[in-house]
Amino acid sequence: MTVLIGQLFTGVSIGAVLLLIALGLALTFGQMGVINMAHGEFIMAGAYTTFVLQQVISAAGWSLLIALPVAFVVAGAMGVLLEFLLIRRLYARPLDTLLVTWGVSLILQQLARDIFGSPNVQTRAPELLTGNIALPGGITVANNRLFILALAGGAVVALTVALRITPLGRRIRAVVQNRDLAAVSGIATARVDRMTFFIGSGLAGIAGVALTLLGPIGPTMGTNLIIDAFLVVVVGGIGQLKGTVIVAFALGVLQATGEYLTTLSVAKVMVFVAIVAFLQWRPQGMFTLRTRSLA
Amino acid sequence: MTLFRGRRILAGAMTLVAAAALAACGSKTTDEKVSAGVTADTSGDTVKVGLLNSLSGTMAISEVTVRDSIMLAIEEINTAGGVLGKKIQPVGEDGASDWPTFAEKAEKLIREDRVAAVFGCWTSASRKAVKPVFEKHKALLFYPVQYEGLEQSPYIFYTGATTNQQIVPGLDYLKAQGAKSLYLVGSDYVFPRTANKIIKAYAEANGMTVLGEEYAPLGSTEFGTITNKVKSSGADAVFNTLNGDSNVAFFKEYKSAGLTATSMPVVSVSIAEEEVKSIGTQYLEGQLTAWNYYQTTPGAANEKFVAAYKAKYGKDKPTSDPMEAAYVSVYLWKAMVEKAGTFEVEQVRKASDGITFEAPEGLVTVDGATQHIAKTARVGKVGPDGLITEVWNSGKPITPDPYLKSYPWAGGLS
Repeated sequence: MTVLIGQLFTGVSIGAVLLLIALGLALTFGQMGVINMAHGEFIMAGAYTTFVLQQVISAAGWSLLIALPVAFVVAGAMGVLLEFLLIRRLYARPLDTLLVTWGVSLILQQLARDIFGSPNVQTRAPELLTGNIALPGGITVANNRLFILALAGGAVVALTVALRITPLGRRIRAVVQNRDLAAVSGIATARVDRMTFFIGSGLAGIAGVALTLLGPIGPTMGTNLIIDAFLVVVVGGIGQLKGTVIVAFALGVLQATGEYLTTLSVAKVMVFVAIVAFLQWRPQGMFTLRTRSLA
Repeated sequence: MTLFRGRRILAGAMTLVAAAALAACGSKTTDEKVSAGVTADTSGDTVKVGLLNSLSGTMAISEVTVRDSIMLAIEEINTAGGVLGKKIQPVGEDGASDWPTFAEKAEKLIREDRVAAVFGCWTSASRKAVKPVFEKHKALLFYPVQYEGLEQSPYIFYTGATTNQQIVPGLDYLKAQGAKSLYLVGSDYVFPRTANKIIKAYAEANGMTVLGEEYAPLGSTEFGTITNKVKSSGADAVFNTLNGDSNVAFFKEYKSAGLTATSMPVVSVSIAEEEVKSIGTQYLEGQLTAWNYYQTTPGAANEKFVAAYKAKYGKDKPTSDPMEAAYVSVYLWKAMVEKAGTFEVEQVRKASDGITFEAPEGLVTVDGATQHIAKTARVGKVGPDGLITEVWNSGKPITPDPYLKSYPWAGGLS
């Protein structure tokens, strides 16, 4: 029983990681339809931001907290630059976007290698986040996992509120639902696109900060994550956040359960089979956005 | 709807990428013509040797350090007058972390550059890829990394540890410490799978129980469940054969699950000084490793090696076991050639038996029958400064036994 609850928590925390890395993509891919293969490298940029800040601010706790907004801005700015220089010229050509952003991701990886060297770098986690909380019954809950869960939850709430309430959010939704109508209603769609890209890429930066607590920080860390991120968004359904959230946690728990009952490799296969089967049944993903757009 | 089309294109492109990768693997075949052995070109006042390491790709981190130590040895030998009066001229090739490329470059070094010997390779996959090339051309490879054993090629000298010089002594140490149960965690490829087979056979014969065995795909960074399983097993120790980035994620998870070097020690066989640096001492302090050499190994030969390496490549660069084995391999080749009085491969092989060298790791002796070297096993503990200090050694060099023939419990393995 103890192990089962421990595993459930592991599943939820895998889900939280998936959610964090997919959330930004849910905006740029899900809402704007841009296949950004460099999304993983924005995550990497967030992780390296944490590393650099720790060189400046030696207190591990403070540097991690400060890294959150800084990584958001750094990755966001990289996203805006990418959108401004390349992607906006390719909106009608998704396949070209894919190839171009893949190229950009390779360039960014090499850049990281040149600046930070090809071996992984390490950050010190604040002492508080390396421990765990022991619950009655021998269940332990790792603090870093709790932190990531809270961060993922916070990011979802903030994003939902921003999309629902703020004028920018209204404009983003208007452009997603019907770009032409939004444009003739006086919304500067190009500027909205840029802002959406800023937020989406910025969220990747935050995911990068969180991942420094769990795994390696190196030039290739992004490539390991990008497939998972796309899977979550595709299965969740395009154009809204609800599906991304549900699917991230569902896949996390499925992965953890499968892994507990079998092995890691088999569990990965199980997850992929489940995804293929699900997409056969609902090719549009879990939820779809109903729009009046004819496009 | 355009958004929707995006996904199909994405899927299509992923397939393309995968297909391209597969095609790249299949397309490279080496020329099958059997050669009678290419003679090395030693006519001038220099002798060429090949350096075959990955300078790009995922293995570059490790293999560049090996190349650096080989270069250091060559430089030292040249300063001291060379080999048989000839200066060594290194010819470098990049294996690019890609096994068919290794085979291609080996072919090039042997046939075009006509080198007298090749130093390099790291992963077992790259060694297995070049083995037929060296055997076909009857050329020499010096392989400097600990490996899974069960191999013996007449044209390869293995200067890293085989299993009875690393894994078996590591287990002996755990047994002496009173460990009764083990949990095995490894990456999913040939080395960990073979190593774990050996560990299970050892455990059965020595009254230890293996409580579980988990494999993670190479590059995997999600260790929540594996850590849960390890923790709930209550094993006395963990034997870790994970490779690369997975170690970082594993040890971070291990610490946050509340497991420590005192509550459940981990013995690792792929974590040397360089890896300690990239995982973080915060997560590794107190954990154990099994090798034949540490930067802190005492002795004049090692002091000289460490000082020379740091002077050439930088004060913050640690030295590690594979680097040391690579450095030693050049000196061993020199000694063999000098004993044979020629660069001719068959003569060099015949001269190899009994060659000794005062290496940084201590005295090593070449065993002509297996073409491995006798070396001392050392178990070390990661200290707060990121260096590894020895807590136990085998007392004397262990004779290499790649097929574990002298261990009755290993009967069914090879």
